[in-house]
Amino acid sequence: MVTGAVPDEYWVPISALQHYSYCPRQCALIHLEQTFDENLYTLRGRAVHERVDVPGVAVEAGVRIERGLVLWSDRLGLVGKADVVEFHGEVPYPVEYKHGSRRASEHDDLQLCAQALCLEEMLGVPVPRGAIYHHSSRHRREVVFTPELRERVTVVLQEVRALLSARLLPPAVNDTRCPRCSLIDSCLPRPVQDRRRIEDLLQEVFNTGLEEGETSA
Amino acid sequence: MLELLNTLYVTTPGAYVRLDHETVRVEADGAKLLQVPVLHLRGIVCFGNVMVSPAVMQRFAQDRRSVVFLDDRGRFAARVQGPTAGNVLLRWEQYEAARSLARSAAIARAIVGGKIQNARFLLQRAARETPDSAESKTLRDCVADLAGILERLKAASEINVIRGLEGEAARRYFGSWDLMIKRDRQAFALQGRQRRPPTNPMNALLSFLYTLLTGECIAAAEGVGLDPQIGYLHELRPGRPALALDLVEELRPSVADRLAIALINLRQATSDDFVTRPGGAIHLSDAGRKKVIVAYERRKQEQVYHPVLDRKVPIGLIPHVQARLLARHLRGDLDHYVPWLYR
Ligand code: SF4
Repeated sequence: MVTGAVPDEYWVPISALQHYSYCPRQCALIHLEQTFDENLYTLRGRAVHERVDVPGVAVEAGVRIERGLVLWSDRLGLVGKADVVEFHGEVPYPVEYKHGSRRASEHDDLQLCAQALCLEEMLGVPVPRGAIYHHSSRHRREVVFTPELRERVTVVLQEVRALLSARLLPPAVNDTRCPRCSLIDSCLPRPVQDRRRIEDLLQEVFNTGLEEGETSA
Repeated sequence: MLELLNTLYVTTPGAYVRLDHETVRVEADGAKLLQVPVLHLRGIVCFGNVMVSPAVMQRFAQDRRSVVFLDDRGRFAARVQGPTAGNVLLRWEQYEAARSLARSAAIARAIVGGKIQNARFLLQRAARETPDSAESKTLRDCVADLAGILERLKAASEINVIRGLEGEAARRYFGSWDLMIKRDRQAFALQGRQRRPPTNPMNALLSFLYTLLTGECIAAAEGVGLDPQIGYLHELRPGRPALALDLVEELRPSVADRLAIALINLRQATSDDFVTRPGGAIHLSDAGRKKVIVAYERRKQEQVYHPVLDRKVPIGLIPHVQARLLARHLRGDLDHYVPWLYR
């Protein structure tokens, strides 16, 4: 049982920040509608995670590694899990594993920074940076937790909390994000956007006109 | 992209289904019959005396893959169900809609409309392909009569009226059914649609196909987090998967009925594939059932146009797509539930 400044029901999963910053509807689909599509894309993601998601401790070249560490912040009302936290001396260094390409993205940075804020509160030490590890390119991109990025985390966090407590599904963005979104088949961005088309298709169901010509022939 | 995963049908009496690492292994008399990766399966359907290990049942329940047991006549017996998961907000809306006469009626009307329209399409096609002009005319008359029912349905807002029109349409449709049968019309006469127990081969074949389809509609409803028992067209009754049966309705003509007709007309199923039990009940033989399953699975792979998605999808995914559209409608994302029209 976690007690703190933020009542239990307003705790936000760290991953929700990343989802929200990609697309608010995606965040609501996952965290309100509990949508999880087992498609190739997510399965691959899961395979990457299965390898790193084993809680435990390992040592690599003088760096202590914690896998699957549960992270939380009473102050922010955030809770989640780190793929890997390396300890460079006493300084924690979170590493998040991504299966995608090495493209830098704000969404990943927000998630990582939120992990850092939790680590700082849990361990009482500053966490200046971390890294995103891109599995497909085996490339590690370092992220510095600047004051701007930290500020961005708290702003997005408030937006997420507002969205989740409203329990409403935001409209589909229906733009270039959708084709790359793993939830596209559940979200149905095009059908839900085009109200007129749905009306017309329902009319089709009761349309007897066209075939009438054929029948009387 | 949602994948069309396979259903594994285990029909060998005494077979044992167990988990072997990340695969499902089917054995009989100590010998391996089959081994498939878990990730390739959406579900397992067992007929009669088939044993499934607890590890398989737990793993499948956890992944929301399905394990279904049918008795040796192919009737539903049991289903392995994991913890209730998914979206309480959606289920709440599903119940709210069931309490609202207007919302229920609108959904039921759309479903019945889809069913009648799909039945008309099937009859229309049969009418075109029939060389006998008198029969063709009778089929066309049926298409026209169904159009009349559809017109009345369009204006219907009362659930009982909608159900009545559905019954009327079904009687009219099955009344002309035999004209779509081109081979062994005597042996495969429908003699009216009767449910349990079937006493003629056509009814036995249809019942079996509807059972398979219902199982998939239950899985589709659960897959999107809907309660398969709370439906709109079908009245609520303990033990009845009313919502799954709702989803079945619009798919029956184009998925099950069309397949049944094709099996007979192409002589893929013959009288030999049925057995008569003392007392007159008729059901598919083991060999007949296998044939039907193979044909059904092949049919599920067929790509068909889906008007709402505006692209082609395999027939096997249609129940899942429809369950999603219904979920989107219930959560206020879509103004209407739109049934699938086969074209
Ligand atoms: S498909 Fe598009 S609108 Fe839907 S969740 Fe994904 S990005 Fe957002």
